[in-house]
Amino acid sequence: MNNFIAFRTLVIEEIRRFIRIWPQTLLPSVVTTALYFMIFGHLIGERFGDIDGVSYMDYIVPGVILMSVISNAYANVVASFYLRKFQRNIEELLVAPIANWVILLGYVCGGIARGMLVGIIVTATSLLFTDINVHHWGVTLTIYILTATLFSLAGFVNAIFANSFDDISTIPNFVLTPLTYLGGIFYSITMLPELWQQLSLANPILYMINAFRYGLIGVTDIKIEIAFLMTGGFTLFLTIFSLVLLHKGIGIKD
Amino acid sequence: MNALSLRNLTKTYRNGFTALRGIDLDIQQGDFFALLGPNGAGKSTAIGIISSLVNKTSGSVHVFGHDIDTHSAKVKSCIGLVPQEMNFNQFETVQNIVLNQAGYYGIPRHLAIASTEKCLKQMFLWDQRDMVSRRLSGGMKRRVMIARALVHSPQLLILDEPTAGVDIEIRRSLWEMMAQVNQQGTTIILTTHYLEEAESLCRNIAIINNGLIVEQSGMSELLAQVNKDYFVLDLAQPISALPKIEGYELELIGSKTLSALVNKEQSLNGLFQQLSMHHIDVLSLKNKTNRLEQLFMGLVSE
Ligand SMILES: Nc1ncnc2c1ncn2[C@@H]1O[C@H](COP(=O)(O)OP(=O)(O)OP(=O)(O)O)[C@@H](O)[C@H]1O
Ligand SMILES: [Mg+2]
Repeated sequence: MNNFIAFRTLVIEEIRRFIRIWPQTLLPSVVTTALYFMIFGHLIGERFGDIDGVSYMDYIVPGVILMSVISNAYANVVASFYLRKFQRNIEELLVAPIANWVILLGYVCGGIARGMLVGIIVTATSLLFTDINVHHWGVTLTIYILTATLFSLAGFVNAIFANSFDDISTIPNFVLTPLTYLGGIFYSITMLPELWQQLSLANPILYMINAFRYGLIGVTDIKIEIAFLMTGGFTLFLTIFSLVLLHKGIGIKD
Repeated sequence: MNALSLRNLTKTYRNGFTALRGIDLDIQQGDFFALLGPNGAGKSTAIGIISSLVNKTSGSVHVFGHDIDTHSAKVKSCIGLVPQEMNFNQFETVQNIVLNQAGYYGIPRHLAIASTEKCLKQMFLWDQRDMVSRRLSGGMKRRVMIARALVHSPQLLILDEPTAGVDIEIRRSLWEMMAQVNQQGTTIILTTHYLEEAESLCRNIAIINNGLIVEQSGMSELLAQVNKDYFVLDLAQPISALPKIEGYELELIGSKTLSALVNKEQSLNGLFQQLSMHHIDVLSLKNKTNRLEQLFMGLVSE
């Protein structure tokens, strides 16, 4: 009961935070993705042929939606938890009888909430440019939630280790964004030379984007089972890792 | 029952610095306890360990009989902490800071709202409840932390320099509040560098220096040890050199000001007689004794 109240307090606090500063948290993704749809999908995409039997516009929509889920879930947790360390109000949580898993769950749910909300807005934006007839609701929703969870966890781990504001922008800029672009948002890896195809398989984001694309439009380069295994496996690993870090007090206790 | 009991508590920070070198401390339930010591003595470190902000290196901590290693949630629910440094969200409103803290302690919403209102009123912050905390004055910020520490009605309230930077009027009301909270049964641990404050509020005291407890006793027993009074005398005429007066320790502070250290058994008449013989006229006399301060200086400079 105590833990439930604490959890609810944290989640409401997190959601209120990103809604209050919506021009920084919700708007940017919508603007960028609308530009993607317009430039790549509409203007340039019209000159491309179909990929795997779907128009280029339709092909990129799932990846663009998932990209905004990834970056927003990650950004929400990394910024919010790091700010909590920076302002030292992490101490408010440390002195209170909250289990570590509740702290983690509260932050991850905050990240999921923002990731999914932005995802929904971006999806709505994409409907201005194309129609989506969901191919498989189950796969779509599971991957959607799992991805938001995974990157919320990743943001949490980043915040735990971060010691400066630079530390919370380095990983998103130099790791997350490149991996997302190389994860096949705008192309099918079958279009790449053999070596690059093999290398791409080491990119976890590739699996999520393909699974999501399968869910939305029924097209994928990767077996769905493997995609689920990868995403689920990473999520489980990061959950355990985060709990170990919290338990040891790394980055938050002297 | 002991509200707090520490056994051989040590702390070595990651950089290798040992801040606590084996502390034993027992604080009775209901006590108003002063934990004093110079800057860097280890007070905040000890408080950090008790309130789960700092990992101890070795030793044990029991709060109302609960072991911090095995029953940390129970220990945490008993404690309310007012830390030395600001540690709330600068972008949050006063009311939400306190309300959220109640939530972290697992207090149901309707009770949390009532308790928040009570604590904010007690801290004279009700009018500021919707203000973003960053805009508050320094003293108000400190009061926010006190309100936040009281919101779950802790059995043990730990105040790490709560009156630093608080104006006189508010300080007086904080003293009243602390005495009142203590009377209602809450055990209080107070650290402060205003020794008069500790002297007038606290019943028991420990002095910590270089990570060790150098003195622990009842306040009145401790003060009884002081056997000298310190006076400051204002003179009518400036004097250039100190007269030699047997039995009294005199010092020239300014050309028209003398200080005198007088043993409790000595009479002041003797001092005045001798001063008259040296044609020194005393206009006025102030007793500057801060008994605790004297003791404190003796203990920590040893
Ligand atoms: N995180 C840390 N890493 C290394 N050393 C630390 C750390 N925190 C405190 N110390 C050192 O431990 C010693 C005790 O510090 P502490 O804050 O407990 O003192 P204090 O008694 O509260 O002093 P003050 O009256 O100034 O608040 C100091 O020498 C301090 O420099
Ligand atoms: Mg201190």
